[in-house]
Amino acid sequence: MVEQTATIISNRCETGLYFRLVLHAPAIAPNVQPGQFVHIRIPSLKDALLRRPFSVFDTGQETISILYKVVGKGTVALARMRENEDLSLLGPLGHGFTIPTANSEFPLLVAGGYGMAALYLLAKQSTQKGIVFAGARERNDILCEAEFRALGWDVRVATEDGSYGERGLVTQPLRTELERQAEGRKLFACGPTPMLEAVSKLAEEFGVGAEVSLDQHLCCGVGACLTCVVPVKTSDGWEYQRACTEGPVFDARKILWEAGL
Amino acid sequence: MNLSVKIGRLTLQNPVTVASGTFGYGAEYARLIDLNQLGAVTVKGIRVCPVRGNPTPRTFEVTSGLLNAIGLQGPGVDAFIKKYWPFLRELKVPTIVNIWGTTVDEYVEVTRRLSELEGLGAIEINVSCPNVNGDGTAFGTDLNLLGEIVSACRRATSLTLITKLSPNVSSIVPYAKAAEQAGSDALSIMNSYPAMAIDPETRRPRLGNVTGGLSGPCIKPIAVKLVFDAARAVRIPIIGIGGIQDASDALEFIIAGATAVAIGTANFYEPQTALRVVEGLREYLKNHQIEDINDLIGSVRIERKSSC
Repeated sequence: MVEQTATIISNRCETGLYFRLVLHAPAIAPNVQPGQFVHIRIPSLKDALLRRPFSVFDTGQETISILYKVVGKGTVALARMRENEDLSLLGPLGHGFTIPTANSEFPLLVAGGYGMAALYLLAKQSTQKGIVFAGARERNDILCEAEFRALGWDVRVATEDGSYGERGLVTQPLRTELERQAEGRKLFACGPTPMLEAVSKLAEEFGVGAEVSLDQHLCCGVGACLTCVVPVKTSDGWEYQRACTEGPVFDARKILWEAGL
Repeated sequence: MNLSVKIGRLTLQNPVTVASGTFGYGAEYARLIDLNQLGAVTVKGIRVCPVRGNPTPRTFEVTSGLLNAIGLQGPGVDAFIKKYWPFLRELKVPTIVNIWGTTVDEYVEVTRRLSELEGLGAIEINVSCPNVNGDGTAFGTDLNLLGEIVSACRRATSLTLITKLSPNVSSIVPYAKAAEQAGSDALSIMNSYPAMAIDPETRRPRLGNVTGGLSGPCIKPIAVKLVFDAARAVRIPIIGIGGIQDASDALEFIIAGATAVAIGTANFYEPQTALRVVEGLREYLKNHQIEDINDLIGSVRIERKSSC
């Protein structure tokens, strides 16, 4: 974990409200594990003080890229930034995914909306090429499908309005696949909390392992403030653990969903 | 040039520490800043037993500030000593441990346990907690309870005792005096200000705990005024806390009467803040040809113009 001033190489709109930001961050890029994030201070935000966390989409030798959706004042301000401008980054932060090897279970990735952004590096570094289940509200919210296919992964799409792929939630095609074969498979998921909870329930039902990346509200990002806590089962009950430090990726079986996230 | 100041029996190499609750147990920031450049490390509030804390959401960003209701989550005094003290003990700068409880006995028990640690810098008493034995009033907003807590801790330790006062009182002066009379060696002013935010769309409070405490740059002028008021009423040193982002902010507190300052919310977004403040104070002394930071304390110039 370091603090680094990173220069914007490019910051372009991909489709609709989705942007791709590429940063020169040589002190951070080589150390990023799939599922980790960076915490960005956007200078023009001024009276909005906090850093904003973003999953690392991909890394180069000296660069990192981030896929983000313009959803609030932080991302609006970020979208206005241009190349050669500087941002302050803290990173890489958090505990990421376990990278599938040749001997591990066959990976099934499950993404909701821009949850895809947190899974690309995992697909890239995985020795086995598995299946990605991509779900979103509509066609325009399905991100980087071509990039996952280019890695040799099978991509199965579901949209809530049926404008692309199967109509309905992403957990539908996932359930179909698990009904076909569950043994020797493992789930890796990132997306909205209700989706992650549904994925965890499926994992339990079919007796497969699952790692989920939680999109908790973050503050300091380094484990000091205890804002982003998640209820995690322990030998004698449960305790709050930090999404920024022990997470954002947790073993789905350990999360106490009923305590509320 | 001298930047060192005294807080009770404690000598700080410079007047800049961090506010309890904004810096974890020091270790969280050790990879980002050199802790040994601080005046002291002040760690998150410790109770006798482990504390789970409040439901989420626990913080909410507001204009130039931060609302929080973490609920003093912590490992309890035994786990603190086991897990964090070995690291803190090795630092070259003193550690200040913030303590809290829900009864006088709890405060005394934590104070005793911490007093057994060799090399601990000071204990800071957080009095912004409800008294479960009484009517639930916060210790820090009842003069008798405040005096009782501080006296009891005083009897339990010879370590430097700092009392961290609540801003939620009509005048800070009697509380500052009560803490001083009860044997506190110093005061921390101020804790976060009681506050609330609501999401109009859902009509739900923004915090899981419904209400919380406000911190950050938006509370700075309130804190400066409280320090100014207290400094003229007591002889013990004051640690000024509230929205400090740079040396200029820190200087306001010192000139108002603070002997030292603590960086709080800024740690969350600019971890280098405390070290930049130290650097900025050094530069200020140089530029103003001041030999000793102690000469600045309480040096506010007030020229009252007569009103017509």
